[in-house]
Amino acid sequence: MARYLLARLSGVVLILVLVCLFTFTVFFVLSPDPAVQICGKNCNPELIERIRGNLGLDEPLFTQFTTFLGGLFAGRAYGTGEGAVECAAPCLGYSFQSSQPVWEMITERLPVTVTVAVGAAVLWLLAGVVGGLVGALRQGTWWDRGAMVIALSGLSIPNYVFALVLQYVLVVELEWLPFPQAVTLADDPALWFQSYLMPWIVLAFAYASVYARLTRANVIDTLEENFVRTARAKGLPRGQVIRRHALRPALTPVATIFGMDFAGLLGGALITEKVFGINGVGKMTADAIGRNDQPVIMGVTLLAAAFVVVGNVVVDLVYTALDPRVRLTVA
Amino acid sequence: MTTPLLEVQDLTIAFPTPGGGSAEVVSELGFALPPGGSLGIVGESGSGKSMTSLAVMGLLPKGARLAGRIRLAGEDIAGLPDRRMRAIRGDRIAMVFQDPLSSLNPYYAVGFQIEEAYRAHRPRATRREARRVAVEAMERVHIPDAARRAGHYPHQFSGGMRQRVMIAIALSTEPDLLIADEPTTALDVTVQAQILALLREIRRDTGTGLVLITHDLAVVSEMVDDVVVMRAGRCVEHAPVARLFSDPQHAYTRALLDAVPRLDDEVGELRTVRAAAPDTPREGER
Repeated sequence: MARYLLARLSGVVLILVLVCLFTFTVFFVLSPDPAVQICGKNCNPELIERIRGNLGLDEPLFTQFTTFLGGLFAGRAYGTGEGAVECAAPCLGYSFQSSQPVWEMITERLPVTVTVAVGAAVLWLLAGVVGGLVGALRQGTWWDRGAMVIALSGLSIPNYVFALVLQYVLVVELEWLPFPQAVTLADDPALWFQSYLMPWIVLAFAYASVYARLTRANVIDTLEENFVRTARAKGLPRGQVIRRHALRPALTPVATIFGMDFAGLLGGALITEKVFGINGVGKMTADAIGRNDQPVIMGVTLLAAAFVVVGNVVVDLVYTALDPRVRLTVA
Repeated sequence: MTTPLLEVQDLTIAFPTPGGGSAEVVSELGFALPPGGSLGIVGESGSGKSMTSLAVMGLLPKGARLAGRIRLAGEDIAGLPDRRMRAIRGDRIAMVFQDPLSSLNPYYAVGFQIEEAYRAHRPRATRREARRVAVEAMERVHIPDAARRAGHYPHQFSGGMRQRVMIAIALSTEPDLLIADEPTTALDVTVQAQILALLREIRRDTGTGLVLITHDLAVVSEMVDDVVVMRAGRCVEHAPVARLFSDPQHAYTRALLDAVPRLDDEVGELRTVRAAAPDTPREGER
C-alpha cells in the first residue's frame, strides 16, 4: 500500500510538472508580452524594461521556468534590492490585472466553487441514478421513455441557454427566486440556498443526463448476469436482488466517472459561474481569459490539473474498496 | 403409490416471435420423479432442457408462455405468483448452474452468498447462525479450511471449488429437490468426476431428489435412475438408465449413443447426430 501510494504520488508530481511546462510554454511564449500589458497608458521603453526585469522576463526561458517551479515549492522574490516583493510558497505569481497574488485569489474563491460543485454533484447523482434505475426497471414503458427524453435534452441543450432560460423563467417571470447573491450559508441560509439553487440545477442537468443513461445501461446489463439469476434462484425478494446484486455492480463504474467529473468541476464551472455571476474560480478564469491575465489562467490550469490527477488516484483507491477483484499493484 | 416429488405434465413453453407468431421450445413434456429419486434430462443444445428447469424454478425469461402442470409434492406450482414461488425457490427446490464463475456475484464473499440463501428462508436466523450454516455447508462440499475460506471472494477459488460453493448454496436450506443444469460442463474432466462424486455423496447422505440436465450421456449413466431424452422440445424416449443404454428404443437415442466416442472404437472418425434441433419441430418429425 505504502509503495503503491509512493509510486502513484510521484506519478502525480511528474504529470503536474509536465502540465506546468506546457501551460508555461503556451502562456508565456505564445501570448503577447505581459510587460506591455502591465505597462498601461503612460508607457515608455524604459518602463517596459524595468517591468521585464522585475518579472524575470529578461532571463532565459528555462531559468524562468525553474524560477516558477521554485516559487511553487519554496516561494520567490520579484525584483531585487529595495523594491523586491516577496511571494511566499506556493507562489503562482501576481495577477496582471489586480496585482493580487494568484494563490490568494484562488483560495478566496475556491469555497464558492466547491459549494457549486458539491450541491450540483448531490443533485446529479440523485437524479441520474434514480432516473437511470427507473428507466432500467421500467424498460420500454412511458417512465423509461420520459426519463430518457429528459436525459437527451440535458445532453443536447447548451447549459448557458438552459441557464438563461431558467433565470428568465424563475427569477424574472415567476419571481420564485431572487437574483443570485453573494451570501454565505452562515449569513442567510435561505438566501444562500436560493442563490445557489439555479447553478446547481443547471450543472446537475447536464451531468445527470450522462449518469442516467449510464446507470440505465449498466443496470439492464447487470440484470442479465448469471449471478442475478442465482440470486433469484435463492428465493431472495426482488428488492434485495436489485439492491444487492444488480445495483452494486452497476454503480461501480458510475463511481469512477463521478470521481473524475467532480474533480474536474473543482477547477471551476466557467460558463455556469459566469452566467449567474457567481464569484468562484470559474468566473475568475473566464474574466482572466478575457483580459489575458496569464498568471491567473496558469494558476487555475495547474489547480484544475492537480484536482483531476489527485482525483484519479482517489478513484483508484476507492475502487479497491468497491470491487474486491481489484488489487493495487505497482506497474 | 406415493405422491411424486416432482411431476411435470403436458409442459409447453412458447415465446412470441416478431410478426405475431410464437415458437414452442418445449412441447407436451411429461415426467415424474419419486421422492429422493433421480432423473436425467439429456439432449442437444436448444432441445429445451434448460427451459424445462427454469420453468420448474419459475424463472422463465420475460414473455415466455407456459402451459401444463408442474406439481411439487402434489401442489401445482406452474404459473404461481412470484411472491409464492419465491418461498419455494431456494428452499424446497434449489438449483446449481452451469458456469460457477459467472453464477457467483464477484462483489461478495462466498460465505455471505451462502448465508444469504439460508436467511432468505429463515428470516429469524441470526447472522451468526447463518454463518455457522454456511461454513457447515462448505465443509459438507469438502472445501478445505471452510471457516477461513468463507471470507474469500469467488475469483479467489478454482473452478471446481466455485462449483462446490454453488452446491453449498443449494444445500444450505436442505432442499427436497436439487436441479443441476450442466453442473460439470464448464469444468476440467478430473474436476468433473469430483463434482459428480460429490453430488452422489450428497444424495446418499441427504436423500434429496435430483434432476440432472446434461448433454453428456456418460454423466447420466453414472448418476441417475431414469432418463428423458429430449429433442426439439419433445421427449423422444423416457426409460430407466440401464435399459436406455442396453436397448434404446428410439432412432435418435441410438444415434446419440452412437455418437459417444469410445476408446475401443475401431472407426477412426467421430460419428455425428444428423439434423441438430430445429427452431420449431417440423410436421411429422417426432
